[in-house]
Amino acid sequence: MIRVVLPFHLRTLAGIAGEVTLEVAGPVTLKAVLDALEARHPVLRGTIRDHDTLKRRSLVRFFACQEDWSNQPLDVPLPEAVQRGAEPLLIVGAMAGG
Amino acid sequence: MSKIRLLVGTKKGAFVLTSDGARKDWQVTGPLFAGWEIYHLKGSPADPDRIYASQSSGWFGQIIQRSDDGGKTWSTPGTSEAGKEPEGMPVSESNRFAYVGEVGTHKWYDGTQHPWEFKRVWHLEPSLTDPEVAYAGVEDAAIFKTADGGKTWTELPGLRQARGDLWQPGAGGMAVHTILQDPRYAARLFVAISAAGAFRTDDAGATWKPINRGLKSNFELPDPTAAVGHCVHRIALHPSRPDVLFMQKHWDVMRTDDAGEEWREVSGNLPSDFGFPIDVHAHEPETIFVVPIKSDSEHYPPEGKLRVYRSKVGGNEWEPLTNGLPQSNCFVNVLRDAMSVDSLDPCGVYFGTTGGQVYGSADGGDTWTAIVRDLPAVYSVEAQVLP
Repeated sequence: MIRVVLPFHLRTLAGIAGEVTLEVAGPVTLKAVLDALEARHPVLRGTIRDHDTLKRRSLVRFFACQEDWSNQPLDVPLPEAVQRGAEPLLIVGAMAGG
Repeated sequence: MSKIRLLVGTKKGAFVLTSDGARKDWQVTGPLFAGWEIYHLKGSPADPDRIYASQSSGWFGQIIQRSDDGGKTWSTPGTSEAGKEPEGMPVSESNRFAYVGEVGTHKWYDGTQHPWEFKRVWHLEPSLTDPEVAYAGVEDAAIFKTADGGKTWTELPGLRQARGDLWQPGAGGMAVHTILQDPRYAARLFVAISAAGAFRTDDAGATWKPINRGLKSNFELPDPTAAVGHCVHRIALHPSRPDVLFMQKHWDVMRTDDAGEEWREVSGNLPSDFGFPIDVHAHEPETIFVVPIKSDSEHYPPEGKLRVYRSKVGGNEWEPLTNGLPQSNCFVNVLRDAMSVDSLDPCGVYFGTTGGQVYGSADGGDTWTAIVRDLPAVYSVEAQVLP
């Protein structure tokens, strides 16, 4: 079971309260988790990564185990603690910097 | 008695303001889509309870929302867990705006060519006759159409072929922000684009022609009378006389009597001919409204006095409308989509400000009251008359 924490705006858009828990078959990579998340909540398609290129939107960040995974390859397995559900994958809106 | 519904888009959500036909007492509902930027909401003329909304965020992109019950409930029409795309992913088409064919390029700030990149929907224009049909004006400038109630959107790419390689974004971006429909011919549309100009199609969007003859941009363009590149802020028409269009340009208020073939200036005695919105009285095609703004670098009313100016003769001769509007220390702006009229008699006129006020007049502009004072910055106002 993979735990995903979404930012406020995406929780309200998708009607989600609290964390999302997902079952991911095969290697637990960023791509696999995002695929599973969008399959569960199709309205999130295009909000985290581009519809067609699947590139991360520039002001979205991925944090896991206090590390920034935003620029990691999508097919690299996430940390073991995320894979077993001890730690969540955080999907975060980047700081506005105001 | 008829009811009035105002659809208000703001920097941090949407609000719905309702009143009876007297337009004195208003109820405020919202924020809807709290925290998201709502550039525009507009109801279908053919079914006023069908409302389209553009919800967007610099972080999370573009969402199209639709209500079929006058704004009580909303959904993203193209989202379906049942439908699957060929690769097995669920369908979520309503927030997908893909340019057709070769993406192409437009002029960039440094003079080089730059690929078109979709950023957001600025304006939604539902069809006059079919609630399933609507147009979307987007940044980077293009027009899209839906024929299935917002589930899917398809570009009308001919617009970008109207010298799109010469369009260059201004500081506010490069967007199709105004879409007008000719009630006589469904195939005729007008659009306006910041820093590109006005354009017309007579074949339902297959081909477009720039309609900027007569515009002069002395300080914005090296060739002040260029075919494209003019910073048109908004255009408006009266449905009874759709060959007459009025334009608020970056500077200058303009008018055409032949569907854009030739424009002439009608700024007349305005204290400033810079501004953003322009609108036409619902029952008097020669009565028009603008809100003068001091200058392109000082986006607030001259002398700190918020004044709507009205011409009852189609321009050139303008009178200030001040009764009920702040006449000192007012330094708000009124954005291009933030003015609207209703079709009651007398005609109602409404506008919103970047300071969060929405003002209304139930007597064609003679007197004004603040319907609400402390919303987020207002991006758009649309008035609907309900039975």
